[in-house]
This record gives sequence, C-alpha cells and structure tokens, in this order.
Amino acid sequence: MARYHVSATVNGDEVDFLCEPEQTLLDVLRDELHLTGTKEGCASGDCGACSVMLDGRLVCSCLVMGAEAGDCSIETIEGMAEGERLHPLQQKFLDYAALQCGYCTPGLLVAAKALLERSPDPTEIETRYWLAGNLCRCTGYDKIIRAVLDTAAEMRGE
Amino acid sequence: MSAAEDLGYREKPHELKWVGTNVARTDGVDKVTGRARFGADLIMPGMLFGAVLRSPHAHARINGIDTSKAEAVKGVKAVITRKDFEDQPSEMIQVGELTVNIRDVIRNVLAREKAMYDGHAVAAVAATSASIARKALKLIDVDYEVLPHVIDVVEAMKPDAPLLNEDQFTDGVDPKPDRPSNVAKRLEIKLGDVEKGFAEADVVIEREYKTRPVHQGYIEPHACVASYTEDGQGEVWCSTPGHFLVRAITSRLCGIEVSKLKVTASEIGGGFGGKNIVYLEPLALALSRKCGRPVKIAMHRNEVFRATGPTSGSHMKVKIGARHDGKITAGWAELMFQAGAFPGSPVFPAAMCAYACYDLENVLVIGYDVVANRPKTTAYRAPGAQISAFAVESAMDEMARELGIDPVDLRLMNAAKEGTKAAYGPTFGPVGQVETLQAIKNHPNYNVPLGPNQGRGVASGFWFNIGGETSVTMNVNDDGTIALTVGNPDLSGTRTSISVMAAEELGIEPERIRPAVGDTTSLGFNFISAGSRTTFAVGKATVEVARVVIDELRARAAATWNIPVEAVVWEDGHARPASSNAGDFEPLSLEDIARDAKKTGGPIAGHVETNVSGAGPSFATEAVDIEVDPETGHIKILSFTAAQDAGKAIQPNLVEGQYQGAAVQGIGWALNEEYIYDEQGRMENPGFLDYRMPVASDLPMIDAVIVEVPNPNHPYGVRGIGETSIVPVMAAVANALDDATGVRVQELPLSPPRVLKALNEKNGNRLG
Amino acid sequence: MRYEAPETMEAAVALLASDDNARVLAGGTDLLVQLRADTIDPSLVVDVKKIDAMRTVTAEDGGFRVGAAVTGAELGEHEEFKSVWPGVVEALELIGSTQIQSRATMGGNLCNASPAADSVPAMIAAGAIATIEGPNGSRDIPVEDVATGPGRTSLRKGELVASFLFPEQAPRTGDAYLRFIPRTEMDIAVVGAGVCLTLDESGLCTAARVSLGAVAALALVPDEAADALMGTSVDEAALARLSEVASAAAKPIDDKRGTKEFRIQVTGVMARRAAEIALARAKGK
Repeated sequence: MARYHVSATVNGDEVDFLCEPEQTLLDVLRDELHLTGTKEGCASGDCGACSVMLDGRLVCSCLVMGAEAGDCSIETIEGMAEGERLHPLQQKFLDYAALQCGYCTPGLLVAAKALLERSPDPTEIETRYWLAGNLCRCTGYDKIIRAVLDTAAEMRGE
Repeated sequence: MSAAEDLGYREKPHELKWVGTNVARTDGVDKVTGRARFGADLIMPGMLFGAVLRSPHAHARINGIDTSKAEAVKGVKAVITRKDFEDQPSEMIQVGELTVNIRDVIRNVLAREKAMYDGHAVAAVAATSASIARKALKLIDVDYEVLPHVIDVVEAMKPDAPLLNEDQFTDGVDPKPDRPSNVAKRLEIKLGDVEKGFAEADVVIEREYKTRPVHQGYIEPHACVASYTEDGQGEVWCSTPGHFLVRAITSRLCGIEVSKLKVTASEIGGGFGGKNIVYLEPLALALSRKCGRPVKIAMHRNEVFRATGPTSGSHMKVKIGARHDGKITAGWAELMFQAGAFPGSPVFPAAMCAYACYDLENVLVIGYDVVANRPKTTAYRAPGAQISAFAVESAMDEMARELGIDPVDLRLMNAAKEGTKAAYGPTFGPVGQVETLQAIKNHPNYNVPLGPNQGRGVASGFWFNIGGETSVTMNVNDDGTIALTVGNPDLSGTRTSISVMAAEELGIEPERIRPAVGDTTSLGFNFISAGSRTTFAVGKATVEVARVVIDELRARAAATWNIPVEAVVWEDGHARPASSNAGDFEPLSLEDIARDAKKTGGPIAGHVETNVSGAGPSFATEAVDIEVDPETGHIKILSFTAAQDAGKAIQPNLVEGQYQGAAVQGIGWALNEEYIYDEQGRMENPGFLDYRMPVASDLPMIDAVIVEVPNPNHPYGVRGIGETSIVPVMAAVANALDDATGVRVQELPLSPPRVLKALNEKNGNRLG
Repeated sequence: MRYEAPETMEAAVALLASDDNARVLAGGTDLLVQLRADTIDPSLVVDVKKIDAMRTVTAEDGGFRVGAAVTGAELGEHEEFKSVWPGVVEALELIGSTQIQSRATMGGNLCNASPAADSVPAMIAAGAIATIEGPNGSRDIPVEDVATGPGRTSLRKGELVASFLFPEQAPRTGDAYLRFIPRTEMDIAVVGAGVCLTLDESGLCTAARVSLGAVAALALVPDEAADALMGTSVDEAALARLSEVASAAAKPIDDKRGTKEFRIQVTGVMARRAAEIALARAKGK
C-alpha cells in the first residue's frame, strides 16, 4: 500500500511520518506519533474530541487527511502546558470541576484556547456557540462555560 | 465494639476538615494535559488492529460464513467467527449482584444461529493496520437468510409477530404458556388494592405514553487491548466500569480460568450504564489467542450506536386517582419495554420506581419485558425509572391541573417520607423527597414571572442506591503517605471523593493519599461502578479500612510507649495517650509511626473485603422554564433547576456536576434524542449528526441544589447521587410545554415536528 | 487511493481528467466522512487548497470573486464581502461547528450536492455565478445549474468549480439566509430559505430572489415567491403571501430530519423571517 512521507511541525517539534492516504491526521497523531491525548469520538467531525490547531485554525483532526499535513504546524493538547506550568484554562478546568470523565476535555481545552486567542472577552452566548462543536456528555457544559469565562477574565487581568 | 464495626452516621464531634470541600482531583492534571490513558490509548509492542464485521440485517439466519478471502489478505493475522467460541448453555450466572444468561451473552458478543439486529457482531479480524482490517471485513462472505423482523414493542407483543427466540415462553404467567412469545417476562409491583383506591377517587387521570430508545451517548467509544500468551495467560486493558465483570465474562466465554486472566481498567470516557456489559474483550482475546500478538479493537461511533447501549423504548398506560383535597388514592400503570434482542429491559426497576416518590396505599404496576430486533438494552442512568417517571409525572401534572393545586403542593401532600411503605417493598428511613420539593418551591427560578410562549414544568424522581461487593486495600508508605487501592473505575472523580473520606478518618491532608484503581489481580472482587454506588460503597469500605489501619497505628504507638492499645487514641493524624493517666508521651504522627514500622512489626496496611449494605435512596425534584416557538415547535430551555438529596456531598462541585450532567442528558432525551429505524430495521441515525445530543449553545446554566438529608447507614451520611437527577427531566419538560401552550404531548421526543403538529391540532391550523 | 495536491488549476484539471474515479478535496468536511463511512471509494483525491486562485477573495467589476476553496472562517473575516453579502456569509457560517468552519468551503458545499446545503440557497438568492474550469477551458453557469440531484452535479469529467462571481450589488439591496434545525448548532438544515431583495428609493421592492433548501431534491428558486415581494413595500400582506407561496412551492419528503408536513409549514416561516431580515438590511443601505 502506498504510503506518503510527510514532514510537519507538531507542538513546535519537527516530525516526519509515513501515512496511508486513508489515515486521517487524527490517526497519524495517535497511531504513528503516539500522541494519544487527541481523542476519537465520532470520526465524522460531529463531536470535537479530536480538535487540534492546524496552521493557527481550530480543526477536527478526523476531517484532515494525514497526507494534507505536509509543512503544516499542528498544536495538540500535549503542547498546551508550558513546561511544568499548566495553561490558565487547564488550571481553571480543574478549579471548576469542568471535567468528569475527561475524554472530551483535551478537545474542549484546545477549542477554548482558540476562542480566547481570538476573543479575549467573550460573552456566554459566544462561548457556547464557539464550543457547540465539542460534545460533552458528563457535565451539561455549565462548569465548562464558567471555567472558560473566568479564565478569560483572569487573562485580561480582571 | 471497635470503631471499624460502627459504620453508621454520627453527627461529627468536630468540624469536618475535608469532607464537604472541593479538593483537587487526583486524576485532574492527567486529564487536562492529554496524559490520561483511555481504552484506545494503550499501545503495546507488536500490537495489531482489530475490526468487527456487523450484520446489515435486523433479523437473519446465518447459513454460513466464508472467511478465506479475508484470511488471504496480506497483513491479516487472524479472523474469528462463532466457530471460535464454544456455545454456552442457558444458565443464569452470577457476576456479583448481576445475573446474566450466559447463553445470551455469548450470542450478543458474536452472532451464532442468527443475526438479531442491525449492527450485531458476526466476525472479527486482526491485521497490521486499521485500514487492512477494515478492507478484510469486506471480503468476508456471510450467507444471510433474511427473516421478518420487529422493532416496536406493541408490534412485538402481538401473537403473530416474528419470533426472535422460538424457545422463549413468557415467564411470570400462570399457567405457563404453551406458545413461545417475544414477551420474556410479566411482572407486578403491588401494594394495597387499587380498585378500592379508584373507588375512593373524585378525579381519575388515565393516559398512554410512548418513549423511544435513547443511547447513553458517552463520548469515548468502546475500546480494549487484549494479549494472550503461549502459556495460556491472558491480559486485557479496557474501558469499563467493572473490570471484575469483564474478567468473569471474558474468561468464561474464552474458556480460561479466572486466575489466568488479568484485566486492567483504563480511564473510562463516560459510561452511564452503557459499558456495564461486555462486547469487545472476548473478541480481542480470541483474536490474540489465534495469532499470538496483542490486538486492539476500538469501535467506530456507528458501531456504538448500532450495537451497544441504548435503553428501552416503551409504551405505557397510567391511571391515577385522587380526591378533591389532593389525596392520591390509587396509582396504576402498565409498562411495556423493549429489551432489545435478548431479555433484560429495565422494566423491573421502572415498575419499582414508578410511584416511589409518593406515600400511597394502593399501587399496582404491571411490567412486560419484550424482545425486539434491536441492540440488547443496557443500563442507562437510573435504568427504567426515567421512563416510567415520564408517564407517571406527566399524569401527576395533569392531576394537579385538574384539581387546581400547584404541582409542587400536590406532590408535597403525597410525598414519600420516613416511614412510608414503598410499593416495591421497603419502608423508607429518613429520605429527602419533601426537602427537594421545598427546595424547588423556594428557589428563585420557580418564582420568576413568565413571558408569552413560556411555560414552567416540575416533576420528581426516585432512584435506589446499592452497596455490593467491595474490596479496598490501604498501605502506609514509609514516609507516612498512603497508597489506597480500590477496585472501582472512576467515571467522575470518585477516587478523589474516596480519598477525602480516608483523609478525614486518618486526619491527614488528602494530597498525602494516592488512590489507584487496582487491576483484577490486586484485590478481591468488586461489583461494577454502577447504581450510584461507588462513592457510597467504596467510600464506606474505605472508612472501614482506614479505621483498621488506625487501630494498627494505635497498636504500634502503644507498643512504642509500652502501654495498652486502649490507652491510645488517634486524633488529627497523631497517636496520643488517651489521658494523662495513660502516661506522658509526645504524640506520634503518622510519619513517625510509618518511619519506625520496621522496628514495631513491619509494614502497616489494612484491607477490607465486604458486601456493603445500608444504601440510602435519593429523591430529586426539578423545575424547568421553556419558551416555545409557536411557528416551528422549537423548544428553548430558559432555566433548569435540579434539587436532589445527596445525603452528604463529599465534594460539592462534583455533586453539582452529576446533577447538571444528568439534567442535560434528560433534556436531550426530552427534546431530540431517539433511535430512528428504516423499514428494513436498520438504524438511520447512527452518528452524532442525527442522533442529536444537546450542544453547549442549546442550554442555559443548570442550577444544582444540593439537599442533604444524611443517610443513617453511612459514616458521613452519603447517598449515591449519580443517577436520580435524570429521572424527572422528560416529564418536567413535557409539563412545561403544556404550561406554555396548553398542549399535552405524551410521546417523546418533544421534537419540533411533533410539537408543531400538536399545536396545529389544538389551534385547528393547516397541516401542511 | 492516491493523494495529489497540485498548485495550479491546469495541473488539477489534468489530474481530474486522468482518472474516472477522482474526487476533489476542498475542505474535506464531507469527503472524509464519506470515505470513512465507505460510501465512496475514489482512486484519486485531488486537494485543491494549494491553488492560490481558489483560496482568495478579489474585487471584480464592482462585485467579488470568491475562490471555491475559501473557507467559512476566511469569508467571515472578509469585512468588505461580509458587509455587502451578510446573508451569504451567515449561510456559509451556519455549516457545522467552529472546527468545520476552519475547513468547509462554498465550492465543496455546492459540489457535495446535498439538497440541504446551507450556502447554496443564499448564493442562488444573491445571483452568484459559478466559474468552472475544465479540460476545455472555463465556463460560467448560475449556481442553481451546478447540482442536478442529490450527490450529482452537471460537472463533466475533469471539471471543477473554481470560483464564484457575486456581481455588483444594486443600491438598497439586502440578503439573508435562515434555516430551521432542531438544535441550535451542528445540525443539517431541515428547511433553509435565502432571500435577496432590492428596494427603490420609495421603498418598493424592484428585484427579489428567493431560494429554498432541504425541501426538494435541489434548492428551489420559485418565481412566485419572488413575485410575492415584487412591487410591494414588503409589508405584512406581502410577507404573508411569500410565506404561503413558499410553503406551496416546497416539495419535501419525510425523513429522519423532519416530516413532510413540518417542512412545508416551516418553509413559509423561514422564508418570511429571512425576508424580514433582508428588508431591514436593504433599508439600512
């Protein structure tokens, strides 16, 4: 089976991998690069558990072919904390109990970070719509939304 | 009596330090950094990828399976079919408190004579890549003889319905029927005399209700990795709420001794009951046995919907009688539940819970467990209780309207309380139903004025709590920290809640306790994390083990001081002389005793193996405000208030999270979630696109109210709290719809087409 | 399956012409789902995102040319386009989640040829023209002539939709698109309605286009719906008439997303509500 040689940047590191054209970026991250923090929930772009940043845009990695990732910059949950310091969103998710089982959490954190980079002072409605593509079945979203809004306030220095 | 034997609730003599506070989750950092390893996250050396071939037919005899073409594909290492498993006799086997028919279990894991539903597993492949495995599946030839099928429960009960199992005769009817039937069982819950009760009634409400099957909808698909070695030892890593259950079923189906199978529970990405049975693990282990390499199988979402989970769809009849003054004189119901392809719907708990919120003299609930060509139903958060509550609580709302009594007041007048004899048997001890009703009545949300097209609904719910087999081990490390090993997978923060109780007992900071979920070789048997039992039962066993360890710590201090153990007390993480009479010694800290353990008798540890009893049931009352778009039938949730009795909230934020999550699952069930089948009996919406679970933008904040009526049989008063809050939701939303529009919808979901149709009928509008 | 990512239109056309079982990959938000579900099995996938002309929005003859592979997020960030064609942008932005918006394109939405495609009724109402490149050069056709049925298009072998021309807009023109979905996000339209209308200085409607989605095998462009608005001040009576004729024009089916009768009734509601928004926008210009 033909395999493609792809070079990309993942969380700041240059990586090379071989992938089948059938493999999605999600498959590559998990099965080839062993970055299993990015999760598969549906493989159809409907749940957001596989959210990553691709060249500065929030995407579902299940809807990107691995072969498309050549020369791209990819950021995953594994790159979110800086050294020993959690990202403020990660810390707030813990403080607010914004996770239960934790399976949707990596995708939600990546998506929420993308929101705050774009919109430092989001409204509750804006936050809810931005995160509508990230399904969570445990929390009912309440504590997630509160954690994101409070992180935004903290990052604004309020 | 030693401290360990008295595990009842006591008003604490001193302020609780950690119980009742929000403590950092021990698994938290792993879960926000992507480190936490779930079912599909284990990568083993030489690991293969498995995939499962599934029936495209709702009901078909399997005349033959030819795997030769698949086996010939380069990279395919093993293919298995029904031939690779020995059949199992019809025998009810006990797996902890759970009883399952092993003949049905093996048939559900892999079809034998017949494929019983769309998505039923028929064969499995292991290959060097996932894409090769999927390609190989397409090369397996299955000779299906398609049979007539039946999905709907009422259709399935008809005498001329296609029969799923020719050997099934309805249980629970006398005399035993002479013809086989899809009705697996008839059951009754009875108290008093309903005929007498209805004769005393001034008003009788009699209605029919329907619900559709809904899925638990956990985001993590089922996944496992299995490895089988040449010496006959097996190892399984899997996403499960009960790895001891996985061990029991998998070892039995694969024909190996229990001791030869080690099962490790991964982190579990949600379950809500849907992972309480075994699907993939025997397949992965059989594949590994065949090719000698570890095999990972992870379901696709499509497989999760078609082959696992859902709870029953139902058809229900309810009749309630009341006097003008609001006294309910009788409650009757007939519940017909789809079990899926094999018996075992939650109709029994549905019947038990139907009227459990009320203090009634006359109750009769009849239940039918009916097989149909759908995936075998699995537990879903308060299994069955939510379904019967939709019917009973909808009818109660109509009764309140009919009597002109506020719906909360009507429920208060008839509320179950301490001393109430429940129709399903027990007499309640202290319970919190009255308190949840009062909490809702006094909540600001219940008193906000409503605008046009807006309405308010309220409903109550009941769910049990269970104890069950529990094994816990506590080891005191030589630096005075604690290794706490439990046998129950943690779905929501239970490891931390349990540590908090241990910390409170030991008098040390929770951070000094490292809880872990041990594998099946490290502990005695543990019942699954289900029935809201984990914080209650494992917590209670942990308190017990902490007290065992404390007794040992006291003994070590006594030995050091050379005084009797009775003269040593444990306070605030220190051994102290009980009084000045005992001697004048500097207190010994846990660290001190641990450091010197080698000199005083060796390692300090405790273990408890017990069948926990004393579970206290939990009631909930909920109110919802909605707004209806009169032109489209769309329902918007404006506010939602969930009040539930926690007994005692060990960690309030985690308890709130349970109420909120349960409420939103109920909202999804109420508004849009349903299994949709085509004429061939194939599921039409096996994905998150068209199986419409609530998304963040559908919802407001969910107000959680923690009511605390302590459970007298738990040292901290804990009741299991994971389930009840889903129970009232669907009825509450339907009641709010009636309040907003005057339209009563008796069938779920309250989707826009159904609501608009009802509005049209009421208004005499055109129908398209 | 082979993956190719040509950098020129010519190379893309040559690749597509070379293989009977080739598929264009734009945003991939439909294609990858179909691949994973095994509903398609192409031998060649041609990724057009590296072709600059397909990724840009440019001014042309007083209007805009939008590359077919411009994503929803990119178009939404194009302030100038958004101020002229807010309805088109809203329609494209309704497709899927934030994540989908980073990838989904109008070209893909059109060529996937789903009857429920959100951007299509909005483009049709706007009078957008599709520019098609192929082995025989380039040709322009109205957007409504691209899809010919569910999953089918009028594109010939080797052809692809390269861009859309949104012609210069008359003064006092407003557009809008609304859809009905059971949730608030993440659903496929059960009914969609795009409306574009132009007022004269006295406030009378001098031009109107109405397009309905998800209520027939193709997006509908019922003349009678436009006629209901023409020559009126888009008052209550005109809106009521629009609602009635839009419902009458709908030819939906029962499916997992809605019933026939529901769709017919809600078509009128969506058309009327979209027209109200378009009217407000036209008045604001």
